Amino acid sequence: MPVAYPGGEKRKRVSSDTNSPLVRISNLNFAYDNRPILTGIDLEIPRGKLVAIMGTSGCGKTTLLRLIGGQLRASAGDVVVDGQNVGRLGHDDLFRLRRRMGMLFQFGALFTDLSVFDNVAFPLRENTDLSEDLIHDLVLMKLHAVGLRGAHRLMPNELSGGMARRVALARAIALDPMLMMYDEPFAGLDPISLAITGELIRKLNDALGASSIMVTHDVPESLKIVDYIFFMAGGKVVAQGTPEDIRNSDDPFVHQFIWGESDGPVPFHYPAPNYADEMVRRGERHA
Amino acid sequence: MLEAVLDSIARLGHRVTSRVQRLGRASVFLGATLLGSGTAWRRFSLIVRELYYTGVLSLIIISVSGLFVGMVLGLQLYETLQRFGSGTMIGGVVALSLVRELGPVVAALLFASRAGSAITAEIGLMRATEQLSAMEMMAVDPVARVVAPRFWSGVISMPLLAALFSAIGIFGGYLIAVVLIGVDEGTFWSQMQDSVDFRLDIVNGIIKSCVFGVVVSWIAVFEGFHAAPSAEGVSAATTRTVVTSALAILAADFVLTAFMFTGA
Amino acid sequence: MKRTTLDLWVGFFVAIGLASLLFLALKVGSLTPSSSSESYALQARFGNIGGLKVRAPIKSAGVVVGRVKDIRFDQESYLAIVTLDVNANYQFPRDTFATINTSGLLGEQYVGFEAGGDEVMLKSGDVIKKTQDAMVLEKLISQFMYNKASEDDGK
Repeated sequence: MPVAYPGGEKRKRVSSDTNSPLVRISNLNFAYDNRPILTGIDLEIPRGKLVAIMGTSGCGKTTLLRLIGGQLRASAGDVVVDGQNVGRLGHDDLFRLRRRMGMLFQFGALFTDLSVFDNVAFPLRENTDLSEDLIHDLVLMKLHAVGLRGAHRLMPNELSGGMARRVALARAIALDPMLMMYDEPFAGLDPISLAITGELIRKLNDALGASSIMVTHDVPESLKIVDYIFFMAGGKVVAQGTPEDIRNSDDPFVHQFIWGESDGPVPFHYPAPNYADEMVRRGERHA
Repeated sequence: MLEAVLDSIARLGHRVTSRVQRLGRASVFLGATLLGSGTAWRRFSLIVRELYYTGVLSLIIISVSGLFVGMVLGLQLYETLQRFGSGTMIGGVVALSLVRELGPVVAALLFASRAGSAITAEIGLMRATEQLSAMEMMAVDPVARVVAPRFWSGVISMPLLAALFSAIGIFGGYLIAVVLIGVDEGTFWSQMQDSVDFRLDIVNGIIKSCVFGVVVSWIAVFEGFHAAPSAEGVSAATTRTVVTSALAILAADFVLTAFMFTGA
Repeated sequence: MKRTTLDLWVGFFVAIGLASLLFLALKVGSLTPSSSSESYALQARFGNIGGLKVRAPIKSAGVVVGRVKDIRFDQESYLAIVTLDVNANYQFPRDTFATINTSGLLGEQYVGFEAGGDEVMLKSGDVIKKTQDAMVLEKLISQFMYNKASEDDGK
């Protein structure tokens, strides 16, 4: 049964007693080799909120998640998570911080050689000294939360795309993270799986008292569930606001993105020389 | 014209520097693997699990190839020795060729194409499907958890497989020389024991296979870990593992042989 | 796969590998405890050692009694000085005759001991006086050809 998340006054729960945002990104720059990907990003993720980062493919959304998780280091600027500057942490501190983060990868990234149960148990076994009995109970609880307790004996290759995504979600929340990150959680899902996943993301965020960042380009589903949206283009944040603001936005980029128009600020054509000129030159060459 | 020449020189230079760069990266990676090996040795079941894939699954190809190589050696060498009237030396010659050279080298080549490529493909696939990233985000170091156990399982398997290859090869030579051709059994074995020296031949052969084990495992985990995260990337990395391993094995074999067997 | 089955297979693999190593060591390489037993060193000078190598066997009456330890060239006498490690279980008289022989026509070269009749035995560090150089095949052949040629001339 689909659960609607209208406005959501009840969701103002905050995971920590501090009022500072959980993630603060200031003037963040990042380049692969010499190709700039992010140029001066500023954004804040408040505690307890579910925030979407939207933008066209290849605009650096996933890169942003990796910078928050400390898998990449910024060329300039800071990423501060719960008061710690991710880019400056040493190996051990970074790993300690990551134990309080969960990440759902685009296609789940389940360990193909481990069963569903062992996949969910993996972070618990690697990062805690819990007894096998306790792990068993915890794993089944997590799987129950995503509705797949009955599938714990299956191998990842026996799961549908949507189920794999949910198992990965159960694995990501195994250590009860304070920050959840979702990389394109809706990519390649059928409408039912998509609705289930969206619902789960919202529900888990509230149940865990966590904050969540979701990178996506699925407009309708995101507008339904998130609290706040950042739009990225060309390595910058170009627009932001609540779903309500976004729907009513008259920003040309946001408008194009939300309504899925093929031409606009994001051009249909890859940069090319003048069409007519190129045709004429071709004619001359063949003459 | 001049431009084209300069251009090709620049390209050549670029290729050389990129190779050297890659070697440097591989060395750093090897260092990281060795440093991150603590977990693997503390939780030995991780290595045991990989030993199944590198060792047990290589048993059949190693045994069958060893048997055939030994039988071919038996036939060929007997034929040649017979021309010099030294057919009875067959035992020693077969054993020496296997223990010193063919055992370690051929076993390592087979190992690279069976286990090395499998390691690369597996790690490369984990890279392509973001399993390695997922592991990092779960605060688990993939070098310690994925790379080190595979590396060490390769290092452990290789000398055992090479020894098995030589032993079965010698048995193959025995089948041909003694059972088929009819060389006296006692002569076969005593000739072998006379010409094979434990320290000089057998220990050196084992040292060779240990070196090959390190080389092949190193190449396999490096290529896998640094594969481009796509289907083409993984298949290219797998090919590179087999090709680079083969070249590295033969080059290392030459260097080792030069050190070991020309001193006398 | 079950953990226990996996362990079993890996155990099987390691056992096979170790068995092969043992086979190579004992049956092929004839590693026996006696090979590391005590030995004493003798020296012998040769005008030509042919293809003699370090670690070549020393045989007396066809039995291996030691190994060549070291081969050096003496700048003063222009002779090869061969150090011989002889198994301490075997004693040889002082007038033992050391030769360099070839096993088979093209086989490896080894040092042969022919015991003499002296009462005094060789001690560690002694020099063997009576030696015979390696036979060099080219010399033999040219000698043979020369003889043959002179025979033919005589006819």
